[in-house]
Amino acid sequence: MKEKDSEEDNHKKVRMMKAEQQYIDLFTQCEDMINGHSAEVMSRLRRQAFADFCRLGFPTRKQERYKYTDMAKLFEPDYGLNLNRLDIPVNPYEVFRCDVPNMSTALYFVVNDAFYNRALPKGHLPEGVILGSLKEMAELYPELVAKYYGKLADTSKDGIVALNTMLAQDGFFLYVPKGVVVEKPLQLVNILRADVNFMANRRVLIILEEGAQAKLLVCDHAMNSVDFLATQVIEVYAGAGSAFDLYELEETHNATVRCSNLFVQQEADSNVMLNGMTLHNGITRNTTEVTLTGRGAEISLLGMAIEDKQQRVDNNTFIDHAVPDCKSYELFKYVLDDSAVGAFAGKVLVREGAQHTSSQQTNRNLCATREAHMYTQPQLEIYADDVKCSHGATIGQLNENALFYMQQRGIPQKEARLLLMFAFVNEVIDEIRLEALKDRLHRLVEKRFRGELNKCQGCTLCKE
Amino acid sequence: MLEIKDLHADINGKEILKGINLSVKAGEVHAIMGPNGSGKSTLSNVLVGHPSYEVTKGTVTFEGKDLLTMSPEDRSHEGLFLSFQYPVEIPGVSMVNFMRTAVNEQRKYKGLPALSASEFLKLMREKRAVVELDTKLANRSVNEGFSGGEKKRNEIFQMAMLEPKLSILDETDSGLDIDALRIVAEGVNKLKTPETSVLVITHYQRLLDYIKPDVVHVLYNGRIVKTAGPELALELEEKGYDWIKKELED
Repeated sequence: MKEKDSEEDNHKKVRMMKAEQQYIDLFTQCEDMINGHSAEVMSRLRRQAFADFCRLGFPTRKQERYKYTDMAKLFEPDYGLNLNRLDIPVNPYEVFRCDVPNMSTALYFVVNDAFYNRALPKGHLPEGVILGSLKEMAELYPELVAKYYGKLADTSKDGIVALNTMLAQDGFFLYVPKGVVVEKPLQLVNILRADVNFMANRRVLIILEEGAQAKLLVCDHAMNSVDFLATQVIEVYAGAGSAFDLYELEETHNATVRCSNLFVQQEADSNVMLNGMTLHNGITRNTTEVTLTGRGAEISLLGMAIEDKQQRVDNNTFIDHAVPDCKSYELFKYVLDDSAVGAFAGKVLVREGAQHTSSQQTNRNLCATREAHMYTQPQLEIYADDVKCSHGATIGQLNENALFYMQQRGIPQKEARLLLMFAFVNEVIDEIRLEALKDRLHRLVEKRFRGELNKCQGCTLCKE
Repeated sequence: MLEIKDLHADINGKEILKGINLSVKAGEVHAIMGPNGSGKSTLSNVLVGHPSYEVTKGTVTFEGKDLLTMSPEDRSHEGLFLSFQYPVEIPGVSMVNFMRTAVNEQRKYKGLPALSASEFLKLMREKRAVVELDTKLANRSVNEGFSGGEKKRNEIFQMAMLEPKLSILDETDSGLDIDALRIVAEGVNKLKTPETSVLVITHYQRLLDYIKPDVVHVLYNGRIVKTAGPELALELEEKGYDWIKKELED
């Protein structure tokens, strides 16, 4: 046993050399540069994050939460970073057209991991709303940002959250004060743009005070035919009675690795909807943790993935019913074609005393080929006796009877398959509470299934 | 129009059709009757190209073309329609989207341009009236939550939309109350022209009170064992199938 342990240690050390060491060296050598181009409030947490990262390293598949994706391997390659914050020669408003246009959103850009400040959307946000570069806002409102930044994203528990906290210099910040309703949907487009293989570490902080309301759509795109690795940490504080929708739409390319950690804390009677949609990607790992800390809080946690070729999507969710009278509704759907791999692990924890909890979790998956693989792991842990909880997971193929029925009506088999796959994910899209986005997504998903999705202009990576 | 010669077909290696000969001319209504398990549904499934059945022998020509080498969708485009005994529910696919795709695929096959949205909706309205199909049903997912009668009406509505040359009605009367049966049958009659033909597959006489057959066949044990005029259906209603079985044994 002892021998095996030391063997594992050695193995771990070798990996450390490969994956972790380059980031340890990077931080040691560039700490001043990182701090110099960031805000003090953010930099305050770096030393601790660094210590945590050195201790934890990258998660391995031996950890239950990461058993479906080898994270260390994804961080092994040598990526360039832009710690010195050199100007990226791009005007996103000119070169970039998002697939969700004409939505009448207030549109903002983050290029790699820097907020793009030069041309902000016209029109005023309601009074008191603070929105913009996380770095800048942390300098302008240090107390406000310091009160929330890094409080949910615990660096002592997860090596990747620690890495992001140690390296992130900027990102997006939104603060909606008490009782204020932001009517116009906000849209943030993350653009990955580089001429060499590149790593971006962005950070998002969202605070909704009591009774505040906002809707945010975040789109991820990759502009160039290089390898990208993007980590993001999003922290959302939903105050009592607040309402917040977060729609995340990934449309990157086959050489993009996305590693997202989303933390949400909800107070009494708050209502949050999270919907993570992977339309096109390379390898994606999304971790979502929602803590319901006030009675009457409601969370809708939705997600879908459409994958083909060698694409991979791994969603890991955790909903913590810490108090009584909360509701959670969870629905994830995957459509896997070719040799795609999907994973869903969802845990719902109902703590002692969290009576009258209502929780429903569903994961449904379609494997269109024999080579596609889906792993699903629903988990329900209940320590209260007066609750209503259910969960279910299915993996299946397209309904042959429905296919034939459509063919008999003259719909070619290929088209019939598309209609069925489209119908399958519609359930997730139909939950969206932004009509324009819903309509747009119906069309986008159809284009995606038809292989017509214009992933990224000028990108040739994903074309066969 | 339809010419079936010595048709043999298997499902899972078991022979169900054992040499069917049948000829349907344009404008004719044929009824195929027979006891359970005689091969009636197999025949309709084989004609529309269901992948579970394998044709082992024989030929089928439709309007002079070899039907058996065509894909199910091309058989449909050529004018073959099956009203399913058990119409399939397709959650998430709206009737509108489903029918628009079907109609436009057929037009594409014929070299016609796709219908515009307004042309299509006008066509839907028009054809819905044929079977008194509720607007609400037309806005729902295909057959989802439809009652048995609504499903059968929906089949005839689709038939109206696609204007087939030969319609096969597979046990369309099963599970219908008398009002629904009348509406469905009237729908079929309204759609009937001197150029179109109907193959009614049924267990009972009652549908044939509404849809008058020119020819009645009895299918038994994979073969057509008797062919006569409409009076045969009445005789079967009265006497059942046993006398035919007896006749065969003798």
